[in-house]
Parts: sequence; structure tokens; C-alpha cells
Amino acid sequence: MSDFKRIIAKRKRQDLVFKLIGILCTLVGIVTLGALLVDLIADGIGRLDLGFLTSFPSRFAERAGILSSWVGTLLIMIVTAFTAVPLGVAAGVYLEEYAGKNWLTNLIEINIANLAGVPSIIYGLMALGLLVYKFRLGQSVLTGGLTLAFLILPIVIVATREALRTIPQGIRESAYALGSTKWQVVRHHLLPYSVGGTMTGIIIALSRAIGETAPLITIGALTFIAFLPPPPVQAAPPFISFDWLWSPFSVLPIQMFNWVSRPDQEFVVNAAAAGLVLILVTLSLNAIAIIIRYRVRKRIKW
Amino acid sequence: MQPAQTEPIKAEVAGLNFFYGRLQALKNINLLFPANKVAAIIGPSGCGKSTLLRCFNRIHDLYPETRYEGKIILQPSGINLIGAETDPLEMRMRMSMVFQKPNAFPKSIFENVAFGLRLRGVKGRELLDQVEKSLRLAALWDEVKDRLKQSAFTLSGGQQQRLCIARALATEPEMLLFDEPTSALDPIATSKIEDLIFDLKSRVTVIIVTHNMQQAARVSDFTAFMYLGELIEVSPTRKMFENPSNKLTEDYITGHFG
Repeated sequence: MSDFKRIIAKRKRQDLVFKLIGILCTLVGIVTLGALLVDLIADGIGRLDLGFLTSFPSRFAERAGILSSWVGTLLIMIVTAFTAVPLGVAAGVYLEEYAGKNWLTNLIEINIANLAGVPSIIYGLMALGLLVYKFRLGQSVLTGGLTLAFLILPIVIVATREALRTIPQGIRESAYALGSTKWQVVRHHLLPYSVGGTMTGIIIALSRAIGETAPLITIGALTFIAFLPPPPVQAAPPFISFDWLWSPFSVLPIQMFNWVSRPDQEFVVNAAAAGLVLILVTLSLNAIAIIIRYRVRKRIKW
Repeated sequence: MQPAQTEPIKAEVAGLNFFYGRLQALKNINLLFPANKVAAIIGPSGCGKSTLLRCFNRIHDLYPETRYEGKIILQPSGINLIGAETDPLEMRMRMSMVFQKPNAFPKSIFENVAFGLRLRGVKGRELLDQVEKSLRLAALWDEVKDRLKQSAFTLSGGQQQRLCIARALATEPEMLLFDEPTSALDPIATSKIEDLIFDLKSRVTVIIVTHNMQQAARVSDFTAFMYLGELIEVSPTRKMFENPSNKLTEDYITGHFG
């Protein structure tokens, strides 16, 4: 009997050892992230005020702000979302619901998975060659938005397909059995039922795009810009203007990069403040994704 | 073996073969379905009973490498249900199917029943009336009339299955196809559905696939026994269970295999 006790004690010790190692490994990630956040807040919070959000960049650190870059980020994200979402969702629906299973669709499938792993700067090079030089879209908001749309397209496609896959086949069969066409099944059933997963994927993709720097520098985003793009609404008819699409731009991460690379310590503080804004935006996007997922899961349980 | 020829026939299956790729799942099925009767199809798992049922609304066409041979003639129109010239969509609009699992849509109770009608362009007052009528036929109206706007997922499993029956009835199908409709339900819900099926035959021809022989005995007018893709025996239900003419049928019914 004492033998048993000894063996049990030994195995329990092993259990405890692994548990401790596990905790340690988990902490490495969390503590690092936490420390980073605390550091960023400590450095940046003092600089974060309304003036910082409403001022253009400046040679003088205390007068410099992120107005042009957060507006740039916002506009780029609008272009990205309006391009990547319809393209990605439509492609995802096609691949999952319409396309037959053959070597060609397999090839496409594998390559979409690969595309998601292509370094973002490669997308920048592609956009520079195709959008800037070939299509002459300029170093504009449009080019920037499209570049990031290409970048997140595979993520949106994969998210859409995975969301569609969670819908039981019986639901499809029931809808078809009532006499629906494929499009009616997609439109009235599959899209509404998969919206939680798809939206989550889209938001995660956008929060990745929002931090991208390399591809935008590659296509020639400005690092110093002291004016805003023309407003999308105007007093005179036709009231709506798309001139802003052709405007040069900067974005938050580029502004940060620019400031960090300056020797002056005060600009580094500015960078921390801008970083704080960026992280807040990203975290809120992720929070929205979690809320959507939670609400849809409450409504739809297969 | 078949019902007397004087009865009006709803569907005639003649020389039906069905293939999943190279696998032949149905072998030369010949079978008559008289109008306004309940036909049960029984047999062990994998015998092809669901496959046969799913020919009737061309649901097989959703999947690649499926192939039909032979005929299923629908009366009185004389249309060949599985003919190459026949649009599967049209057949699905003329048939209704209730599946094994209650596949209620994650929509409101009302919208579940209304969906098939909306596909057919029914609107307004007529839509409301037809939904109510179908829910009454499915013996669900009294339980849901005050909560039509609530999600169908708030209903119990048995209620959801009756909702699916209401959904199937709403479009006034020529035939109602049940694919093991009670296998996911408890005995009380099951008996409600069985009563319902029995009552429905006055308005529609019913085929029910079941692996529950008592169920076949309770609800059906005649029963077809299938084994390994072949039709072994068709008889009036009472005769099938009291005095089967085939040894295989007898073995199955008495529980020697299956």
C-alpha cells in the first residue's frame, strides 16, 4: 500500500509541475501585453487631449496632433470595408455554396489560405505596380483602401466560409425542399444565419488592417500632411462628393512611425499617445465583434 | 401485392434505379402510391428507404454525382418526376418534406410557416390566413397563436417538428414526405405527430420512412419493406405485420435482424 501512496504522490508532483509551467507560459504573454499597455498609457496619456486629436502634425512636438492621420485611417478603413466585405463575402458564398468540388476549386481554396499568409509588404508592392502605376489611381485614399482590402480579402473569405459551414445541412435541405432557388437559400437563410461569424471575421480583419504600415508606405502614403481631404458632403448640389478618394493621406501607424524615428523625446511621447488611440480603436472593434458574436449565439443555437 | 387497381394512383414508381457515384442505392424499384393514403417504407439502416423518399422532391440533385434511372410518374399530371426534362425546383414546389430533425429556421414562428408561401408570392391577408390554417392543421395553433413573433427556437422539439409540418402543409403540396419524423422526439411528441399524420391523409398523399415498425403499423395503410436497395415486399400494413409473404420481411419484423 505504501508503494501506491508513493507512486500517487510522485505523479501528483508531476501534475503540479506542469500546472506551474503552464501558468508561467500563460503569464509571459499576458504580462508582456499588460506591461506594454501600461507603458504606453504612462507615456502617452498626458499628451492625449482634444487639441491632440484636432491638430495637424507640426515641427513643434507640443503643437503636433493626429488630426490628418486619424481622419486618414478612418477614410482608408471605409474604402477597405466597402470593398473587402462585398468581395470577400460573395467569394466565400460562391466557394462554399456554388462551386463544385474539383481540382480547380481545390487549387483556389489552397491559394486563398496561402494568400492570408503573404507578408503585407508584398501587397504594397503589388498595389504600387498595379494601382499606382498601371491604373494611375495615385498615392490616394482610394489606393490605400484598396491595398488593405486586398490584404484582408482572404481573411474575410475564410471567415465567411467558416460561418457558412456552421449552418447544419438540414437547414439548407429544408429551405430547398420548400422550393427555394440557391440564391433564395443564400439570401434568406445562409447569410442571415451566418452573419455573426462573418461580422466577427470582418471586424477582426479590419482591426488587422488598421495597424498596417508597410504596404501603405510602399504605395507612398505621406508621413507629414497638414490638410484634410475634401469633405464627403458639401453645401452645393450634388451634396455628396467623392473627391476625398483621390486625396493624399497619412494614417495613425505611419504618423507614429514618423514620430518614433525622431531623436526628440517629446515626439516619442506623441507617438505613445497616438499608439494609445490606435489601441483603443482596435480594442473597441474587437469588443464590438465579441458583442455581435455573443448576441447572435444567444439567438441562434444549432 | 399492390393495392387494387381501382383506387386512384398518386404516384407510380417504375424501374427506378438510383446511384451515388458508382454505388447503386436503389435497384429496380416498382411501386404504386394510391392517392390519399399513408404509405410506410421500412427496412434496416442503409436499405435505401430515405434515398427512395428523397427522389420524390429531387433533393438528391443538390449533391454531385447522383443519378436517376427509370420513372416516377405523378398523377393526374402524368409528369415524370425524375425526368431530365423536369425542373427539380418545380418538383420541390409541388412536394413537401418533413425531415428527421426538426429543422425549424431561426426565424419567428410565423416566418417559418410563411417562408414557403412567400416564395410562391402569397402576400397580405391571404398569407396570414394560410399560416393560421396550416398551424391549425398541424395542431399547433392554440399553443403558438399568442407568440407568432417569437423565435421558433423557443418551442420544444415536438412543437418544432409540428411547426415543420405546418410549414410543409402551408404550400398545399401534392404529396407529403416524412423522413423518420419522430426519431428525435419523446414518446408523447411522437404520438401527437402520428395522430397528425393519420389525420392528414384526407387532404394529401403521405409517404413516411420509419425505422419504427410500431409506427408504420399505427399510421400507414400499406407498407413497403426494403432491403439492400431492393423492394422486397409491399402489402396492406395489417397483412404485412400479421402475415408477411416474404421470409426476409418476417425476419425483419420479428426482430431477427436490422
